[in-house]
Amino acid sequence: MATSPETKKRLVTAALLAPASLWLFVFLVLPFIAIVVFAFGERAPEGGYQPSFTLEQFANLGARAAAFKNTLLLAPVGAFLCLVVAYPVAYYLAVKASPRYRLVLVSLVVVPFWTSLLVRVYAWMYILGARGIPHLLEMIGIENVRLLNTPGAVLLGIVYGYLPLMIMPIYVSLEKLDRRLLEASADLGAKPLSTFFGITLPLSLPGVMTGVALVTILLLGEYLIPQLLGGGKVFFIGNALVDLFLQSRNWPFGSAIAVTLVVVVVFILLIAMRIAWRFAGTRQVDLV
Amino acid sequence: MRALITAVYLFLYAPIALVVLFSFNSGRSASEFVGFSTQWYAKALSNTFLMDALQNSLVIAFTSAVLAAVFGTMAALGMERLGGRMRAVFDGLFAAAIVVPGVVIGIATLVALVQVFGFLNPLLAAAWPGEQPPKLSLGFGSIIAAHGLFSMALVTMIVKARIASLGRDIVEASNDLYATPLTTFREIVLPQIMPSILAGFLLAFTFSFDDFIIAFFVAGSNTTLPIYVFASIRRGVTPEINAIATMVLVASLCMILIARFLMREKKTNN
Repeated sequence: MATSPETKKRLVTAALLAPASLWLFVFLVLPFIAIVVFAFGERAPEGGYQPSFTLEQFANLGARAAAFKNTLLLAPVGAFLCLVVAYPVAYYLAVKASPRYRLVLVSLVVVPFWTSLLVRVYAWMYILGARGIPHLLEMIGIENVRLLNTPGAVLLGIVYGYLPLMIMPIYVSLEKLDRRLLEASADLGAKPLSTFFGITLPLSLPGVMTGVALVTILLLGEYLIPQLLGGGKVFFIGNALVDLFLQSRNWPFGSAIAVTLVVVVVFILLIAMRIAWRFAGTRQVDLV
Repeated sequence: MRALITAVYLFLYAPIALVVLFSFNSGRSASEFVGFSTQWYAKALSNTFLMDALQNSLVIAFTSAVLAAVFGTMAALGMERLGGRMRAVFDGLFAAAIVVPGVVIGIATLVALVQVFGFLNPLLAAAWPGEQPPKLSLGFGSIIAAHGLFSMALVTMIVKARIASLGRDIVEASNDLYATPLTTFREIVLPQIMPSILAGFLLAFTFSFDDFIIAFFVAGSNTTLPIYVFASIRRGVTPEINAIATMVLVASLCMILIARFLMREKKTNN
C-alpha cells in the first residue's frame, strides 16, 4: 500500500512523540487522576484506600491547618527574602560586572543550584547545630542559644537553597535591558535613582515575577529544609504528606492535601503568567 | 555594592567549604579542626551499605538520563512538526512535569503504581505458565521512570530552545541539494543540537543523582545515595557524612561544569 508523503510525515511525527507521550500519560496524567480519585475516597481500616465518593477528606483539611499556615506564610516570606538578596546580585551581574568576569560570576551562582540540596542543607545543620555557632557563642560567654529547629533556621535554609533560582531570571531580564534607555535617561538629566525606579526596575519586573513565582511554587512542596532545619517543629505541607503517606498511611487524606497543593500551585502560576504577560512578552529563563 | 556581592558569594560557598574542610578533620569534632586526615574517606569507601546505595544511584541516574536524552530529543523534534494546538498541549504537560512539586509527583506515582501493580499482578499470575510468576513491585524501575519524567521534560525544553535558534536556511540548502530527510538530520541538524542533548543528559543525570523526595516515595525497599545520606543525617552529624557529601559535591560539580561548557558552545557557534 502506497502512503502519501503527508501520511508518512504524520507517522514520523507520531513516532517521535510516542515515547514521551507514553511517559507523560503513565507517569504524570494517570498518577494525577489516581490522587484525585483517592482524594474522594475513604481510609481503609488497616490504612490505605477504600473506594467511596465523599468530600470528607477535603472537609477535614483543617486538621492539617498548621502545615498549610506554615507553608503559605513561610513560602512567600522566604521568596521575598530571596528577592531582596537576589536583586542586587542580579543587577550587579547584568549591569555593573565587567564582561571579563561575568561568565564566571554567573556560573558561580548557577552551580550551587545543581548541587545536592541535601548536602547544602546539611551544611547549615552543621553551622547552626550545637557544635557550630552556639558552641562559638558559648566560648565568649553567651549560653543556651538555639538556632537549629527554629522558623529562622528554616527561612535561612530557604534563602540559601533558592537564591540561585531567584537570581537567574532577574539577571536574564536585566541583561536584555537596552542600555541606550539608561543613557537617554541620564542625558535627559534623571538622577541614577530615578533612572533605576523609572526604567530599570519596571523593565526587570517580568524576571522578578518569574523568580518569585518559581521559588514560591517550589517552596510550597518543600520537604527537606523544614525537616532538617526545622526539626519537625516547623511543619510544611510536604512534611504532612510524607507523614500521611509513609507513616500514618492515610492515603485518601494525603491525596486530598496533594490535590489542594496542586490547585494552589496552578493558581499562583496563572496569576504570575497574567502579570508577566501584562508587563512584556514572555521571556525564556535560562536555568543552565 | 562590591562588598554586598562578595558577602552573597561567601554566603553561597562558605557553608559548602566548611563541610569539605571538616571531611578532612582527623578528630570527630564539628567545630575544632584537629589535624588533616583522609580516614573518613577510607571509612566511607569501605562502608558496604553506602557503596550499594551509590551503585544504585549511579545505575538509576544513568538509565533515566539516557531515556530522557533519547525520548526528550525525539519529543523536541516531534513538537517542531506539530501544529499550534497539539503543541500547546505538549508544552503544558512538559511544563507541569517540571513545575509540579517533587513531593506530589512522588506521592501520585506511588498511588498510581500500587493500583496498577495490584491490578496486573493477579492477571500475570494467572497467565504465567511456570510455578513462580514474576511480581511487579516498586524499585529501580519506578525510580527510573519517575526521574525520567522530569528529566525528559528538561531535555525537551533545552533541545527545543536549541532547535528554535537553528538557522533554517542550511536545512533548506541541504534539501535543495537532494539530501534525504534522514541525511539532512544526521549531517546538519544532529551535529548542531548534540551539545544541547549532552548538556540535557548531564543535567538529567545530576537531577536524578541528587533527588531525594521522589525516590523516597517510589523506592520501595531500595536505597539510593540521597536516601542513605538522609537516614544517616537523622542519626547525627558525623565526619563520614562530610566525606560522602564532599564526594557528591565534586561529582555534581563536574557534571554541571561540563553541561555549562556544552551549552556555551551554542552561543559562540552562530
